[in-house]
Amino acid sequence: MTEEIIIAGFGGQGVLSMGKILAYSGIMQDKEVSWMPSYGPEMRGGTANVTVIISDERISSPILEVFDTAIILNQQSMDKFEKTVKPGGVLLYDPNGISRHPERKDINIYKIEGAKLAAEMGNLKIFNMVVLGAFLAIKPIVNLENVMKGLKKSLPERYHKLLPLNEDAIRLGMKNVITVQEV
Amino acid sequence: MADINIQDIIKPENLVYKKTRLMTDKTLSYCPGCGHGTTHRLIMEVVEELGMEYETIGVAPVGCSVLAYEFMNVDMQEAAHGRAPAVATGIKRLWPDKLVFTYQGDGDLAAIGTGETIHACNRGENIVIVFINNGIYGMTGGQMAPTTLVGMKTSTTPYGRDVEMMGNPLKITELVAQLPGTYYVTRQAVHTPSAVRKAKRAIKKAFENQLNKKPGLSFVEVVSNCNSGWKMSPVDANNWMEENMFPFYNLGDIKVDGKLVTK
Amino acid sequence: MGELRLMKGNEALAEAAIRAGVDGYFGYPITPQSEVIEYLTAEKPYERTGMVVLQAESEVASINMLYGAGATGKKVMTSSSSPGISLMQEGISYIAGAEIPVVLVNVVRGGPGLGDIQPSQSDYFQTTKGGGHGDYRLIALAPSSVQEMSDFVPLAFELAFKYRNPAIIISDGAIGQMMEKVELFEQMPRLTDEEIREKYRWATNGKLKDGTRRVITSLDLDPHKLEEHNLKLQAKYREIEEKEVRYEMLQCEDAEYIIVAYGLSARISQKAIQLLREKGHKVGLLRPITIWPFPKKQIDELVKKGVKGFLSVEMSAGQMVEDVKLAVNGRVKVEHFGRLGGVIHSPEEVVAAMENKIIGG
Repeated sequence: MTEEIIIAGFGGQGVLSMGKILAYSGIMQDKEVSWMPSYGPEMRGGTANVTVIISDERISSPILEVFDTAIILNQQSMDKFEKTVKPGGVLLYDPNGISRHPERKDINIYKIEGAKLAAEMGNLKIFNMVVLGAFLAIKPIVNLENVMKGLKKSLPERYHKLLPLNEDAIRLGMKNVITVQEV
Repeated sequence: MADINIQDIIKPENLVYKKTRLMTDKTLSYCPGCGHGTTHRLIMEVVEELGMEYETIGVAPVGCSVLAYEFMNVDMQEAAHGRAPAVATGIKRLWPDKLVFTYQGDGDLAAIGTGETIHACNRGENIVIVFINNGIYGMTGGQMAPTTLVGMKTSTTPYGRDVEMMGNPLKITELVAQLPGTYYVTRQAVHTPSAVRKAKRAIKKAFENQLNKKPGLSFVEVVSNCNSGWKMSPVDANNWMEENMFPFYNLGDIKVDGKLVTK
Repeated sequence: MGELRLMKGNEALAEAAIRAGVDGYFGYPITPQSEVIEYLTAEKPYERTGMVVLQAESEVASINMLYGAGATGKKVMTSSSSPGISLMQEGISYIAGAEIPVVLVNVVRGGPGLGDIQPSQSDYFQTTKGGGHGDYRLIALAPSSVQEMSDFVPLAFELAFKYRNPAIIISDGAIGQMMEKVELFEQMPRLTDEEIREKYRWATNGKLKDGTRRVITSLDLDPHKLEEHNLKLQAKYREIEEKEVRYEMLQCEDAEYIIVAYGLSARISQKAIQLLREKGHKVGLLRPITIWPFPKKQIDELVKKGVKGFLSVEMSAGQMVEDVKLAVNGRVKVEHFGRLGGVIHSPEEVVAAMENKIIGG
């Protein structure tokens, strides 16, 4: 199993930390992982993005042009990364703030109302965990137990009291993912 | 008068002066009348008197005293031009109980190495810097130094140092005295027996400060002549130094026990 | 199994420095390697192991602090990125001339000049051909993963002390900034002052009790003596070339074509090879782990085995390709591919270069 993922959105949406938690979860599940923050020309678009690779084997290139999954959290990222999803791959996006929805016919498309659900939970900071939950519902490459272990590892100890809130957010995301199209 | 054989003179009862064994037997490469040899000897005498022969590491500069390590009989390292205070910092930080000193000329310490000098002083490195100021670049053939006096002729100021073109002579010793990291700052000379005795007391005080882990760096400037570079006889050079250097580079303590000396 | 952590390359290197029993680190911040000194100051290694960490006033001061501290027999290192390493060249030349075992780290960024802060491999010539003045070499290790950023720290010290020669870990902004799983090795003890004095009798840490004094210098005004010293250095370099070449070969057994790449480019090329094989091309990867000494014998053997062409892939205008060409010596085709100025080539671009320049070319 090798899963090559791009997570892209605005800075401040928790894109990099969501990638980090996913990568740490992979380590907890005995996988090889890599986490590469935006580098190269795509960095000029004013968005934050991170490439996360989780694999059973030694990871080759940490820098990729095409992905198994794109998690897209703003319009600029949609414009940039919709086309990078491999045919038959997954595009997961939050429709909040999206004016042009994905148009490709050869990929699986899912929606998660991450911002809305996080607001309903009363904490916008757990937005990225709702989205992570949605991704794990589509591609259960790591189990929830290891995600929680990964979260614990990547959060400083003073935030450990927030672990249950994060778990709730992930579960909420898992339950609320909407299938737009499957190929 | 009966013939006297040299062997008749070399007797313990006739001994009036003995070279410290911390100076090697190598013949000094300095010009006759230069202050380097005397200053080398004073440092080595102080190390011997403090019983620190086995605990001392010296750092030699680039300049006339680049070969200081051939004369000073302790562990020595030869630094790149101007970098001796950084080299000494590296040594002292990892061997805080050793005596560490640099020996530097004016070009080395006050031109190319100004940054390293200021920052080692500002960090208050617990080392000793001995600074020989003769107002000229001796080794490379008598070019202008940062400490060359206004109007003084050198091979790169053949019509005299012109302030408009070359700026003013740098009193780096007064400058480092302003930094909280220096504990003892003094200016000495070695051209007369009494000056040598005073200079030795200053060097000893500097090394004792380090040995006693006094907070900060001890900095000893020695104003010296460069009779070759100045194109004078050794005696004339010393006279010229008294008449011209000392009025600008005043001898005496500038900072003692971390406090500026008020005059 | 050692402790597993998700770490940036720069952080893994800094943690490895503490665990390798390093005595001192002297450095100056520069992007993209500032995490090294930030991690070290945050970790308080002076409490963990007694390791000294000092932020110098410049790279020039850092390298000269290293020269002083290294001359005393202690394990010391510095890290920087390209412009800072350029500033250090004078000191590195002194250190090589005086045969001081130190470890340097270059997290390479785009140049020339101030360039940018993106990953690059354009410091290959500087690293492998000398860099500063005079005839000298650095033992140069090129990690291509966060794990190797950690593992190469004790290895670099081992080689540096074995040969009394500076060793350099040459990484790039991507390997420094990316996070991967890293298995940390166990804490190694620091040598005591007495052990250092016993083991490294050349070091200037105070005269020996028998009166032996040590002098560390790179100066000898007698050209014949300096030539003798140079010949001794050259003999040492030949021995290192003989014994210390490190490399990795992937899918070279049946390969008709070979990509030669180190560091990040090797990772990208590994993916390119997978894509090329999916297209039916028999391509393998030779990854120099030591870029000096360079695996020239291995290239020679591959030519003798019937490899038809080599593509040297590096994020530069073509520097390592000269060493590949020297090893191939005109027998088969050798080409270079690489993006410049901090742009990272994609696996697909490497595939296209291989198809256009070597296989179809």
